[in-house]
Amino acid sequence: MIELSDFLILGALLFSLGVAGIFLNRKNVILLLMCIELILLAVNVNFIGFSAALDDIAGQIFVFFILTVAAAEAAIGLAIVVVLFRSRGDINVASLDAMKG
Amino acid sequence: MSFETPDLSAALPELWLLVATCGVLVVDLFSSDPRRTATLYLTQGALLVTAVLALATQWGPAEVAFSGHYVVDSLGAVLKAVVVLLSALALGYSRPYLGERGLLQGEYYLLTLFASLGMLVIASGASLLTLYLGLELLSLSLYALVGYHRDSARGPEAAMKYFVLGALASGILLYGMSMVYGASASLELGVIADVAANHEDPLLLLFGATFMLVGVAFKLGAAPFHAWVPDVYQGAPTPVTLLISTAPKVAVVALFLRLFVDGLGPLHAELQAMLLLVAVASLLVGNLVAIVQTNFKRMLAYSAISHAGFIFVGFAAGTEAGHAAALFYTITYSIMAAGAFGLVTVLSRAGLEAEEIADLRGLNERHPVYAGVLLLVLLSMTGIPGTVGFYAKYLVVQAAVQAGLIPMAVFAVIAAVVGAFYYLRVLKVAYFDRPEVGQDPEALPTPGASAPIRSLLVINGVAVLVLGVFPERLIALCRAAIGL
Repeated sequence: MIELSDFLILGALLFSLGVAGIFLNRKNVILLLMCIELILLAVNVNFIGFSAALDDIAGQIFVFFILTVAAAEAAIGLAIVVVLFRSRGDINVASLDAMKG
Repeated sequence: MSFETPDLSAALPELWLLVATCGVLVVDLFSSDPRRTATLYLTQGALLVTAVLALATQWGPAEVAFSGHYVVDSLGAVLKAVVVLLSALALGYSRPYLGERGLLQGEYYLLTLFASLGMLVIASGASLLTLYLGLELLSLSLYALVGYHRDSARGPEAAMKYFVLGALASGILLYGMSMVYGASASLELGVIADVAANHEDPLLLLFGATFMLVGVAFKLGAAPFHAWVPDVYQGAPTPVTLLISTAPKVAVVALFLRLFVDGLGPLHAELQAMLLLVAVASLLVGNLVAIVQTNFKRMLAYSAISHAGFIFVGFAAGTEAGHAAALFYTITYSIMAAGAFGLVTVLSRAGLEAEEIADLRGLNERHPVYAGVLLLVLLSMTGIPGTVGFYAKYLVVQAAVQAGLIPMAVFAVIAAVVGAFYYLRVLKVAYFDRPEVGQDPEALPTPGASAPIRSLLVINGVAVLVLGVFPERLIALCRAAIGL
């Protein structure tokens, strides 16, 4: 039997990995998109764990909405990456430094 | 199993705006007019009708609809009317700017309409799910709008930064929502409020509330979660900056009021320290860093951070008067920000963005009317009596004092005095500095906008003054919306 705490620990680990990835990654913008997906999936694990433990269906419904929104978000994110690549020829995080102060 | 059809009329403004948006989409598809006149007028009409519908059909005592996911109340009605009117104002300024840069396409109007729809959904959200969906509809539209000028050097970079940090904020907010769901076993804010009020050990709720607060502070651009604000304000096309700095601010205040007053209101005492911390950090960072800026849009971005600090002072007070003051502050700040960015929009033309403070040199000699608008808007942001900004700051500080937060109130007043320095410096440049000798007069910013847009700007500036002399009705409206 998988306990609720197992779900929550997995969720917390994935969430931390995602957030750490966003702040540590200095290379490729695509990795940032993957980290964002990881965060959203961590939330899904949490919702499903709680939904099973509480015997309440609403959490699982929420997960479907999050998955849909995550797809839309990835689409917008990749579109911005394409625009970025066309305007400057690379998609390195380190080169996103035209504005400072 | 029987399926009951819900009463759709509860969501009349949203349904109308959705249908109208689809209508605009089709009309724009078959329109060959390069100036997009039909699209503009239909969009503005749709937004104005939405405001009327919201006030006419939703003002009144709270009623929950759609299985507890949607609430119809006075607060929602006021927020919706304000949000769509601000969106319409932002669109009103945008056409010449877009036209001169070859950006005048139907997508601009549609994205604004979808963003407005998302804001309406937030204003009426009564469950975590509705609020999240509204916020995402708003955010996704704004990401695309920030990157709208694809060929500009800064637009795509600003869009990328906005997207990554905005998505991170949404993720943090969602993580908090999952914890609150786990603690209360429900997505509905009413149930969450009951659980929060009767909980003996609200640790899990507080854990979730902390994450949600971080997410909301991110979206409002409050320090220490403000990293995206200056870059996005500077890099986005000016009409988009205008939009971002007005209507979505009101929507995020709505999000806060729904989540942390309707939902987690009983936990305010535990959350107050965090709200105060965000308020102090925002006032400090916003006002101090704004002093060294040379780019007017970037300076206004840091000023927006400090204004977010004032809004959080109202939140931290936690009383109904504090929430009404925060709402009043946000609405009036939006009017001022619309005037300031509207001026930058009107003064710019293709090849000259007119966004450096130095571009404003000698503005009074060349265009006294525009200098007058700048004077009114910046004095109001400073909080000089006679302009509406004074009442906004006064109400927030008064609410903080009444809630016993005297040190916070004193700090807010000191921050306002520091803020006066950089607003008045811009006025000094506009009124007393001369353009550099030998500068080509053609290279100076000149208003190229049409007469209706110039008059819109003047009306916007005068509104700051009129509301400053007669603020009672707007204050009464905000208080009635909160339920005072």
